[in-house]
Amino acid sequence: MKFSTFAAFVGPSVFMMLLFIAFPLVSVFSQSFYVTQTIYETVTVETCTPGFLTQTCVTEQKPVPVLDEDGEIVTKTIFVGLQSYRNVLELDRAAAAIRAGSWSAFQAIDFWKALRFTLTFTLITLPLVIVMGLLIALVINNATKAIRGPVIFVSLLPFIITPVIGALSINWLFRGDGILTATLEWWLARDIAMFAQAWTIEILMMFYRVWHVAPFAAIVFYAGLQTVNQDSLESAIIDGASRWQRLRFIVVPHLMPLIIFVSMIHLMDSYRVFEEVIGFSSQGHVISLQWLTYDFLVPDEAGNRSISRASASAMLTMIGIVLLLIAPLRRTWRDHKGSH
Amino acid sequence: MASRAMRQPIGLKLSSAAFLTFWCLIAAFPIFWILAMSFKSPVDAFDANALNVIFGPETRAAGKGLSLLDLLAGLGVLWLAIRLGSKTLPEMVSSYAPAETQWMGWLIGAGAFVLGLVLVLFAFLPAVLGFLNPLVGALGRDIIGLTTEHYETVWIDRGFSNNFRNSLIVTAGVVTVSLTVGTLAGYGLARSGSNLAFWILIIALVFRALPHSVLVAGYLPVFISSAEWLSPILGENAPTLYGKPWAVIAVLVAINQPFTIWMLRSFFQSIPAELDEAARVDGCNHFQAFRRVIMPVMWPGVITTGLFSFLLAYNDFLVTSLLLDAQNQTMVPAIAGMFNRETTTTDQVVAVAAAVSITAPLFFLVMVFQRQIVSGLTAGAVKG
Repeated sequence: MKFSTFAAFVGPSVFMMLLFIAFPLVSVFSQSFYVTQTIYETVTVETCTPGFLTQTCVTEQKPVPVLDEDGEIVTKTIFVGLQSYRNVLELDRAAAAIRAGSWSAFQAIDFWKALRFTLTFTLITLPLVIVMGLLIALVINNATKAIRGPVIFVSLLPFIITPVIGALSINWLFRGDGILTATLEWWLARDIAMFAQAWTIEILMMFYRVWHVAPFAAIVFYAGLQTVNQDSLESAIIDGASRWQRLRFIVVPHLMPLIIFVSMIHLMDSYRVFEEVIGFSSQGHVISLQWLTYDFLVPDEAGNRSISRASASAMLTMIGIVLLLIAPLRRTWRDHKGSH
Repeated sequence: MASRAMRQPIGLKLSSAAFLTFWCLIAAFPIFWILAMSFKSPVDAFDANALNVIFGPETRAAGKGLSLLDLLAGLGVLWLAIRLGSKTLPEMVSSYAPAETQWMGWLIGAGAFVLGLVLVLFAFLPAVLGFLNPLVGALGRDIIGLTTEHYETVWIDRGFSNNFRNSLIVTAGVVTVSLTVGTLAGYGLARSGSNLAFWILIIALVFRALPHSVLVAGYLPVFISSAEWLSPILGENAPTLYGKPWAVIAVLVAINQPFTIWMLRSFFQSIPAELDEAARVDGCNHFQAFRRVIMPVMWPGVITTGLFSFLLAYNDFLVTSLLLDAQNQTMVPAIAGMFNRETTTTDQVVAVAAAVSITAPLFFLVMVFQRQIVSGLTAGAVKG
């Protein structure tokens, strides 16, 4: 294919990715070093309220945004260097907390709290998703042909459901005296409030994520199971391998590329954990890195968005993505060089 | 597997079947439970006793329920509808619609089918049963509480139909544009072995991993002030991009692009290159070969990729909630707003009804396109 034809085919897609992904990335990077502020001036205002006989008047100094000739609020953008990063990281507070040896003080800082949760969430759900996916794939493969279709249909439901709605639907089972909280209370014979402390919410969030992703893993593994070499399975039986040994030494190695693929996808996606925070309304107890950026972007009571702080926290989130991607990119690069 | 050596002991078979049942229960339970809740009065919906949630005594006491006769009639109609939909409808479509406009026949047939079903279920049956129920005694007494008032509140009072329309616009836009742009790029990338193609794919992989909030942090200031910086080009009526559904479409298409081109590329690679070489020998250029030879055999791949673009656009919360204002909200962010209010349990059940309304289309999507979704999930993985 000539270069010009190739460019014509790929051009629109590359243009969109440059305009809407690469360019915003660069602009976020530069935004994180600047702060846009409204310019205020202090004016003396006299407010009078009607009173008996005379008016009661109060004079006070009030900051008022400066307006230009069109009546628009004047803002100025100043270079602040790493100040936004410092505001997000709050290194002084973090250092003080570490020196005092107080974990709870350290976790009171939003960024470190979000980082801690995002990492534990990612690392705990990963093995659970792989194991659950493998188990489901094995039992589906073991079932009679006639029920495989309906079972796959039911399994796809948690995967296909809107993440926020999925989290909400599990939330509703536990909220207040929800059906499952009531069952747990009856079973353990004690009072349970699932949403009163951080760790129970975290367990629910992880449960939701495994419920949501395990079907994806299961279907990918199930497809892989169809191509397991039957001859090597049979020769393993002749050699006297037990069922467990056959799984351990033939099936799992055969699925290994798929396990790595699912792990990579899961790492990328669960590092971006966000919808769970919305669905479980957990922002009071548990927050994630992506939620932190989101929260900076949502206007506060005065209608201001802290764009520069959001940019700083976005860039800090990116560091994790870069670390995550190094390994698969190196592997792809080796494969590419090997194929030439 | 017929060989005797592969036969499993009964214990293993039983535990495997037990685990499968357990998984299906876990997978389906939350979804069916919110379906049951959405039809009950608030007291019943959040009752600690499971049987009360299913049978809804409070809802029944309020005079809203279904009798045994209602249930039987309803099930009968549904069974007939399934028979009609799976047997008679395809036959009628294939016999009445001309072969080349078959899809048109399907569209009309499906439309008429849905319309007829809605009419029978919600207009004809209630009228007939309202007359019959008092006549048959015990059979006609309500046994299951069921009310549709929350759906009415959501769709009529809370203006959810507005959000639905916005969701429709955004998803339709995203699917069309990202497939158009994506098939071209996917074909180009699949047929070119150059280093540049490799680098584009790698960069796309990196882009796929980006958290969406990072990108939105880049869009927001630009979108809010777009009237200012667009005015030199577009003059007086330069639009503010913030709050415009079509701006969100462009953003979602771009976010979706890395995934789309990877998936379509793997589908194009499974089509032998000899096919377009043959077309080129016959005098087509690359575009003609693409349009006349490759696209006709590519439809399964395009449909699968379209499904996943649809899911991304339909399920998105972050981008739409930040880039659209309250008047133009799509369904998913709208429900989060509803839920945050959570003043009364009634509000909560209304939110449950909204959640079920959002999930229902996805349910039918899986029903119709199960095979395509499965093939899409495995396409990327199995081919590396």
